[in-house]
Order: sequence, then C-alpha cells, then structure tokens
Amino acid sequence: MPVQVQGEVLSMRKVGAYIAMTVVAPGMAELTRPGHFVAVQVGGPESSMLLRRAFAIYEVKSRGVYGGTVEFIFSVHGKGTAWLAARRAQDKLDLVGPLGQPFKLPTHPATATLVGGGYGSAPLLSLAASLRERGCRVDFVLGAASADRLFGQLDAKRIATSIEVTTDDGSMGRRGRVSDVLPQLLDRTGSEVVYACGPMAMLKAVSEICGERQIPCQVAVEEAMACGIGVCMTCVLPVIGDDGQTRMLRSCVEGPVFLGDRVRWDDVGTLPPDVVGSLNAVGGSHR
Amino acid sequence: MSELTLRPAHQATSVPTLDMSTRLGSVTFPNPVFTASGCAAAGQELDQFFDISELGGIVTKSIMLAPRSGRATPRMAETPSGMLNSIGLQGPGIDAFLDKDLAWLASRGARAVVSIAGGSVEDYAKLTAKLRGRPGLAMIEVNISCPNVEDRGQVFACDPTASAAVISAVKRAAPTGVPVFAKLSPDVTDIASIARACVDAGADGLSVINTLLGMVIDTDTMRPALGGVTGGLSGPAIRPVAVRCVWQIRQALPDISILGMGGIRTGLDALEFVLAGANAVSVGTTVFGDPTAPVRVLDELARALASRGFERFEDAIGLAHQPPVLYVPEDPDPVGDGHEVVSHPPVALDTDS
Repeated sequence: MPVQVQGEVLSMRKVGAYIAMTVVAPGMAELTRPGHFVAVQVGGPESSMLLRRAFAIYEVKSRGVYGGTVEFIFSVHGKGTAWLAARRAQDKLDLVGPLGQPFKLPTHPATATLVGGGYGSAPLLSLAASLRERGCRVDFVLGAASADRLFGQLDAKRIATSIEVTTDDGSMGRRGRVSDVLPQLLDRTGSEVVYACGPMAMLKAVSEICGERQIPCQVAVEEAMACGIGVCMTCVLPVIGDDGQTRMLRSCVEGPVFLGDRVRWDDVGTLPPDVVGSLNAVGGSHR
Repeated sequence: MSELTLRPAHQATSVPTLDMSTRLGSVTFPNPVFTASGCAAAGQELDQFFDISELGGIVTKSIMLAPRSGRATPRMAETPSGMLNSIGLQGPGIDAFLDKDLAWLASRGARAVVSIAGGSVEDYAKLTAKLRGRPGLAMIEVNISCPNVEDRGQVFACDPTASAAVISAVKRAAPTGVPVFAKLSPDVTDIASIARACVDAGADGLSVINTLLGMVIDTDTMRPALGGVTGGLSGPAIRPVAVRCVWQIRQALPDISILGMGGIRTGLDALEFVLAGANAVSVGTTVFGDPTAPVRVLDELARALASRGFERFEDAIGLAHQPPVLYVPEDPDPVGDGHEVVSHPPVALDTDS
C-alpha cells in the first residue's frame, strides 16, 4: 500500500552521468521491496508540470538519525528532471510510493544472474542483497553506452560472486552489449533465475536469451507514466496472461516487474489484433 | 530539521457550520466534490490514499459494452499546465465492470456515477438497461464525446440531434430516481445549444466539460507524439474554457444541474466553477499528480466558502451571475474624512431605489 509523503531532500550526489537523491520520507522504507518505484512531484505546488516522474528505488533505510529515507537515481532528460537536479538539501519533495509489483524471490537458494543497463541497475543492488540473505549465488552483468553511464559496479562487486561489465564504446569492461556476454555467463554459472532492468531493447534481448535456455526471467520495464498509481491507463504494454490471452497491462500496478516471456516485445507501442478487445481486431470497430 | 508531515490518509477537517450538501437532478449528495471520468478508474486505487466515500461521488471511467484494449502507446504527452491523452477507452466491458467495480463501490458505501460510452444509440440504451437494479448507482453520466459509427464517425456531442437521440434513449432505459447527465464537448460552436438539446431530450443535468481535442508533435522524431495522433487536452490549461462553458450554460438554462470540471486543482478553482453556475465539481487530471487532491479540494472549498460568510454551499451556486453586491458598513465613514468606505460583503443594496 503506497503512501503520499511530504519529504525533504537529505542529500544529493553525482554518480557519473547520474544523480543519486536521498529523501527523508517517513513510512516508506518499511513498505519497500526490491523493484518498487517512487513517483516524485516536480516543479513545486504551482508547477506547470502536472505529472509525477517515476524512478526505481535504489535503497531505503527505515531508521537512522533522520528517520526513514528513500534513495533513487536519475539523469536529466527534460524540464522535470532538470528541476529535480536543482534541488538542494532540506528542499521539500512530495513522494508517492512504494509503487508497483516488486521482484519475486526464489524459494530456495538459487543461482541468480542480475542484468542491469545504465541506471537500470539501481533496483538490482537491493535485490542482490535480498538474494544473498536467502543464500542465493548472485552474478552481475552491467552494461551501458559508456563508463560514466554505468551505475553500481562497486556495490555489485562487493555483493556478487562475479561481475561482467560491457560498454558500447569500450570505455570500461568489454566493448559490446550485455547480450554479448550473457549466454556464456548463464551457461557457465548454471543460473536458475535471471532478473533484468534497463532499456526495453535490452530487456527484450535478455528475455530471448533466457527463453532459449528456459530460464525464468523477471524484467522491470520502463514505460512513460502519467500517474504511477493505476488510474490513467497510460503506461500499458501487451502482456500474455495465464489464460494465454494478451491484454494491455499497466506497468505501474501490474508491473513494472513482468515475466520476460510474457511481454510481447515486438508489439510494444502497437496494438496487436489479438489483444483482448483490440481496436485493430479483424472485422472489429476502428473507432 | 523541520518537522515532516506524513499523510497516508487525509484528515477530514470539516467546517462545522457549513452545509456542503448539493442536489444534482433529484438526488442530494453530501458534498459537491467528485472524481472525474477517466481520472479515477473505479475508485479502488484512490481508496489507498483517502476514504473514497468521503467524496460527493466517484465518477467511473467510461465503460462500453465489450472489453476494449484502448489505443497503442504512447498515450500521453505532458503539455504546459496540462496533458494530452489518447487512451481510447480501455476497459473490461460492462458485465465485468458491474460484477467487480460497481459491486466494490457499493460495498465501500461510495456513491457511484457510472459513465457510459457507445458507438451507437442502441449501445447506450443497452448499457443503461444493464445498470437497472444495481446497488451503489447514484447517477449516470453519458459520455457522448464518442464517434457515432452510424454517422461516418461524427462525434455525438458535436451534433444536437445525435446528442438528443442518445440522451432520450438513455432516459427511457434508466432506472427511476437516477439522474442522467450528458457530458458535453467544448469543441462546438455553441455549447448552450447542445446543452439545450440534451435537456429537451430529458437530461437531468450536464457535465461540463470533456477534454479539448489537441495535438503534440515530437520535434525529435518529427512525428505526432501520441499513438492515436490526436488526443484530449485536460488540466489547468483548459480551466478558463471550462468556466466559460459552465457560465454560458447557466445563463441559457438557469434551473438545470451542472457538474463542472476542467483543470480544478484547488478549492478556489472549484469555487470559480460554482460561482459560474456549477452545482458540483469533478477533480480530474490533478489526481494524476496528487492522488489526495479530491479531498484536499473539498476541504479547501469548504474553507473558502466559510471565509466568505456562506453557511450553505448551494448559496454560492451561480453567484457570479448576480449583480455586484455592495457593502454598507455600519458606519459608512469610520475615519471621518468624508470618504465613505465601500468594502466587501455582506449587505446587498436595493439597486432599484
């Protein structure tokens, strides 16, 4: 159950191309599980930007000198994140969270591979800690366009059995994509479960690699959201249900974590004719 | 460090001497603040943030006969003080809605205003018939901003004859004692004439306004930003248009009930609609950025009315249409400098004398 909190910025730090923001947000930490996200109001109460910005939660602390805190990672993309980047300690910030479905953890001490693209690694680090607590083996693959767009390598190194890094430009680790190294890693470690968070193209590639090997794979998707709480129907994507039928599911409440083999990656951004109630159904209405 | 406030649930701070009740058609609601169709789903998500039965009513997302996927993404673009959406009426269809959503609203003690949408007059009649005998149903809002498949896709709400045909079909099928409101589009030349056609066809009231048709082009892709190409513009950006529409309809139809909406963010925004002639208001797009907004607006509206000396909400309805109220202080020249003081309220001058 999410809460709406008038929080206060505790600290901000630059991490490569990203900003890590820690907000005092009492009551939120206790409810948060790895994979949850937070929706942040931007521009202040009179803002012309009405919609919240959603960020995966990197870390929470339920106690401490300042009470409960929530930390998330972002990069400046537009006016909303530029405003956020201009905040300073003690500025007020309205947060709603934790939101969405978190990652599901294996019931036995499994071997897990975690794949992060860019700052998509943010929710995977707390997930890795939870997996380790359950006795799971954790291996990381982190990838980004360039070294400054990697996030969390040091954390990952501390917590994981192994870590592989790829960059598109070769400025750190191996030149290439995470999908170039993932197959060999899965085969070498005998990974029983895969978790991924990052750009949609990466999630699609990871899901396909896991599909070929029949390894269950959970992915946290990034979709444009207006509300983050399930009322606006903006952030939908075609997902196959237990009944075999495809529906347009909300990534904010039914996601952001989905099973990789249930998302119809090639149809994201389209309206497949066989979606339940499809406006593009053969012989259906086109209004 | 300053004190932080946590608000998982809204603390209702009622203003004791103020009667906030309001009538829409034949039904009295405990207060005049509602959600807006398409901005609150069917209430369950918002109930995590505040008790939805505290509102005057929950206006549900427009429901159609069959399950419907809605349009392809992207479905949303943020615009200055607003947003553009092309959801395309995604929904589970009326049968699943009745069994799950309306039943849940009834169990929560919420007053449900069910919004219906169809592609033909017959669709609307069938939808209405299915609502008969359903607990929790307080009112029907007819979303006529849908393309009429029997008329080259022309939107019902843009044509007085088509609007009237839908409303009279709904009225014939509607359960007695359940008001039928027509939700009007502002994208017309003369909204008062559409309003009059709906009222002549039996509408008990009017919901004013639906979104304005808009468009955003992504300058990076150099293509329309929305999957549906065009979309509905909502949020504070459209508020003056909405207030104008309420004003024009109140002038044309002094006795009809009006549910006003369009960019309400604060209690004072709501008060503008009321003064223009709205009997109640819906809080819509603001909910996306502030899930507790409806109860906050209710609280702020009550305070705004109390601070203006009102004892009954209904006394404020349409007040902006009245001639200016002048004040005669008990001592018109308290300073003794020969200048009479004319300040704000409470005594109306007899302007005929």
